[in-house]
Amino acid sequence: MWIELLISVIKIATVLTVLLVSVAYAVYAERRVSAFMQNRYGPNRVGYQGLLQSFADVIKLVFKEDIVPVKANKPIHTLAPMISIFVALTTIAVVPFGHTIELFGRIISLQITDVNVGILYILALTSLGVYGITLSGWSSNSKYSLFGGIRSSAQMISYELSMGLSVVGIILITGSLSLQDIVLHQNGWKWNLVLQPLGFIIFLVASFAETNRSPFDLPEAEPELVGGYHTEYSSMKFALFFLAEYANMIVASTVIATLYLGGWQFPYLQSFGLPPMAVSILQVLTFCAKVAFLVFFFIWVRWSLPRFRYDQLMNLGWKVMLPLSILNIIVTAILVSVLK
Amino acid sequence: MSLDLTKEEYIQETKDASHISMSQEKILRALESDDVRGHFEGTLDNQLILNMGPQHPATHGVLQLVVSLDGESVVGTIPVLGYLHRGYEKLAENMTFHEFIPHTDRLDYLSPLANNVGYVLAIEKLLKIEATERAQWIRTMCCEMARLASHLVWMGSMAMDVGALTVFLWTFTEREKILDILDILTGVRFTTSYTRIGGLALDMSDECKARLVAFLDQFIPKLENARNLIERNKIFINRCEGVGYISKEDAISLGLTGPNLRAAGVGNDLRIDDPYLKYRELDFNVPTATESDVLARYYVRVREMYETVKILRQCLQKLPEGPINTPDAKQVLPDKGEVYSKMEELIHDFMIVNFGNTPEKGVEAYQAIEAAKGELGFYAISDGKGYPFRLKIRSPSFTNLGALPTMMKGAMISDIVAIIGSIDPVMGEADK
Repeated sequence: MWIELLISVIKIATVLTVLLVSVAYAVYAERRVSAFMQNRYGPNRVGYQGLLQSFADVIKLVFKEDIVPVKANKPIHTLAPMISIFVALTTIAVVPFGHTIELFGRIISLQITDVNVGILYILALTSLGVYGITLSGWSSNSKYSLFGGIRSSAQMISYELSMGLSVVGIILITGSLSLQDIVLHQNGWKWNLVLQPLGFIIFLVASFAETNRSPFDLPEAEPELVGGYHTEYSSMKFALFFLAEYANMIVASTVIATLYLGGWQFPYLQSFGLPPMAVSILQVLTFCAKVAFLVFFFIWVRWSLPRFRYDQLMNLGWKVMLPLSILNIIVTAILVSVLK
Repeated sequence: MSLDLTKEEYIQETKDASHISMSQEKILRALESDDVRGHFEGTLDNQLILNMGPQHPATHGVLQLVVSLDGESVVGTIPVLGYLHRGYEKLAENMTFHEFIPHTDRLDYLSPLANNVGYVLAIEKLLKIEATERAQWIRTMCCEMARLASHLVWMGSMAMDVGALTVFLWTFTEREKILDILDILTGVRFTTSYTRIGGLALDMSDECKARLVAFLDQFIPKLENARNLIERNKIFINRCEGVGYISKEDAISLGLTGPNLRAAGVGNDLRIDDPYLKYRELDFNVPTATESDVLARYYVRVREMYETVKILRQCLQKLPEGPINTPDAKQVLPDKGEVYSKMEELIHDFMIVNFGNTPEKGVEAYQAIEAAKGELGFYAISDGKGYPFRLKIRSPSFTNLGALPTMMKGAMISDIVAIIGSIDPVMGEADK
């Protein structure tokens, strides 16, 4: 019993540390990749090739003065960034980053917890995430922030729908809501990317919208709303939003990798005849590589595409993505029932 | 509260109520003052007034827009200008004609060379002198290089306004190359002050010519690269198409000039209609469009860049040898070497620098050039002294901004920035 608890605590601590460090390096990667795309250098002064830049930035932000607008609703203004970071960090709890590993004679599952309604848990938490942004926009008592908050709530509600519906296809194929089961089902070539190409595209687009990344970054849209919901935030509260944005991006990447790219599955790894320890490590590395590629994809898209307009965003969400995801469900359901 | 109360009953009942809402309070005040109309202008009296600028990332400097919004839609727009007003027209009345040249750099600070040229052309008209052949050709090239530099900044910043951040850096890299050429040509990258009355400050060196040729050779592929990134993007097209429409008639009556007018279907270009410098001897087209939206203005400016490259190539071919300063000792600053070695030149230099060029009394002159933003005109009146009696600057950005409320009709918040970007205003010029 105590051992089980200890293992859980170690797993949580490890995953959180890895997540926060990768957030720092996602920020660094964003700055370096965008610099590469724009023929610039990017940060290359703090540490070797600027590798410590993000930590320097965080230290700077901690020491900044925390400015709260006089007319802001202070409790909610303080609460909002906490909600954002909380949601961003807890979603990863159900994502499996490997199958099992044998350590000191114990079989340890490489997942913080295997909730049997894992997908519902993720959808529920991402819905909570909108509160952080909406409340921050409202409580700042600034028109720009308010616009950012309203835009984000409308956007997230619209895209959550198609996001949830696109996952139904996977549930129909797998017959389970648990993420570990979904990954186990994607052995060999049977990645859901192959089985559910349309669902994959819808889910990918919806995750861009859910994480407020360009081209769906309307809630912050610098040229229009000057930063949107976090205009009135400074110091560590701003840093929390910033961390939450990148943590969301990484978590979204892990979820996409798990649902559609086979999670930790390395195709036909069993046939190589490797020792079990090496297999476990390779699987975790495979998962990390998939997530890293998706994070790069997020960054790549941001620096290539212009931003949608509010009405176009809504049109895309309700008139294109929603019908397509329903179509996806119908086709999948028919195929599943015919083939079974 | 029932609807069929009389006015007096309504007032009484509202006053007696323990709590009244803000709208009830407004109605109450309106009824009491008998001025109902004043409070119910506009839609439903629930618009949001949003203040954009003067410190806002998308207003290109210090333009302030007061926008009334119904949700995300724009109901009305009022541009507020003057945050960068420095009183240049008045300043000009207290300095000699030469002393004002550096101030023209600060008008449209994205194409200072064109301002220099436009100003000295007006003053030369006032003085009834003309620059030499070579000087005129170099000035033509200056105007075109300025246009290219200005359009590159516009392209990058407009793309950034609609959210494409990378193009900005790409076009700025190209502009940087032009600034390097200007460095060789004029001695400075930015605030050039290159022209002199009756000539130029420096001659164009062979190195400068070679650098310009090398730049033009690699420019078109680089421009195509940047274009491909945004033009083939459905999001960009959707953001621009049909946004910020202004009819041909409105465009003319509001005094739009330059690419904004040409995008509305009016093929008006001073380089063709009223040729100055050497444009008569050059072969180029004037791109126009009829859609008159943000996308049309985008395409007109992009195609203008190709024409500018064509013009610059022709200029490089046709550039004649010869002096750059007109030999008019009374009006043109003499060569520095001669000032230090010859008595006559020293006297002329002393007179021009201390007392200014002296046009005849009561002479007026207006000279306009087709600058990157539109018709840039200088109107000078002389009363026979070394200073202008009055100098009026007709700046294209100022008049172009006047069309903003018309273009904003029916737009959304995101369109505001796209429209401002498509007008290409420079506040240094609009506020003077």
